[in-house]
Amino acid sequence: MGTADAIAPRFRAGDRVRVRAAYPPGHLRTPHYCRGRVGVVERLCGAFANPEELAYNRSGLPAQPLYRVRFRAADLWSDYAENGEDVVEIEIYQHWLEQAA
Amino acid sequence: MNDSGKLPSGDGAGYYRRMQAAVEELLILKRVVTADDVDRQVEAMAGRDYTRGAKVVARAWVDVAYRARVLTDGSAAAAELGLEIGPLRLIVVANTPDVHNVIVCTLCSCYPRMLLGIPPEWYKSRAYRSRVVREPRAVLAEFGTQLPDHVRIRVHDSTADMRYMVLPMRPAGTAGWSEERLASLVTRDALIGVARLPETV
Amino acid sequence: MRSHHDLGGLPAGRVERDEHEYAQWEQRVDALMMLLSHKDRQLLRVDELRRNIEALGAEAYDRMSYYERWMHAIVQVLIQRGVITIDELGRKMAEGVQDGNR
Repeated sequence: MGTADAIAPRFRAGDRVRVRAAYPPGHLRTPHYCRGRVGVVERLCGAFANPEELAYNRSGLPAQPLYRVRFRAADLWSDYAENGEDVVEIEIYQHWLEQAA
Repeated sequence: MNDSGKLPSGDGAGYYRRMQAAVEELLILKRVVTADDVDRQVEAMAGRDYTRGAKVVARAWVDVAYRARVLTDGSAAAAELGLEIGPLRLIVVANTPDVHNVIVCTLCSCYPRMLLGIPPEWYKSRAYRSRVVREPRAVLAEFGTQLPDHVRIRVHDSTADMRYMVLPMRPAGTAGWSEERLASLVTRDALIGVARLPETV
Repeated sequence: MRSHHDLGGLPAGRVERDEHEYAQWEQRVDALMMLLSHKDRQLLRVDELRRNIEALGAEAYDRMSYYERWMHAIVQVLIQRGVITIDELGRKMAEGVQDGNR
């Protein structure tokens, strides 16, 4: 359940999610290389104040759910040359994620 | 270079060192910190190194229930061993015969410092941060680490509030070893994932 | 536009396996960062520091060492938050500090 201080989680482990392909300025913790990509939620880590806001000395509340999202390396890099089953796991805040098919 | 030689330099070597000294003095004058606070913090950080992580690993190797707790909540498990790690949210990821883990922070240099101390310089480097998410085996090879072909890699990019440590596999030939002796086998590079421990000792 | 510090996946050379003994002043920068961000003081957030480092621009980011960037960022945040002023910092830096690094 959402509260005044935390947003309710929308996703669960196993959900396929896409990272929004947005490119705003400012302090971001969603690396460039995963934007627009689809991965699978590995776990919900909890809810944390949004670093994009904390960076400007604002509260960052309500807290955003933070997920570990697992991406196949071959989905991140079109020319990935190593093992096709390799993955990269990245912590991503909920407001960067959308449901993927 | 400053042309007029004798005037205080606005740049060059030592500018940030002078800034550090000035800021520290200002903050002491303003009673924000004391010199003692800074000294103690320097000591505390210098006293943290990878051997603290090695203790967690050694205990996890000998105690199956502890290992399960380590993999569920790394912070709580470290605290059980008296390792003071503050608000650090630790996720420990286990190597298996089929899976090898490696840790990076592509955006800056996040590292479980409250457990393991200050990260090595190369961990913060452009080359490591750029390449390990894209060609991990090539990077590992530069550390002298070769993985069997069937092993798959999980690269963990610490972009937010979690911090990571690898739980390496226990080398064979160590049955009956004390925790202390087991801990001495663990290297910092194995905890980051750029190295593996020997399969057997 | 990709920010300069957002390095994942960019081409780069060999990893130089540097092991660096940090100078006293660098250790004290690290200590200051920990003390100021501690919940008992909360005079800066690591996120503010990161933002200021990211704002350095490509040339400065590449040229400056790790602790030079942190020192720069700490000062920026302290000024932004009104803990110190540029004037008093400039004067203190010019006078030199009696004790140097304790």
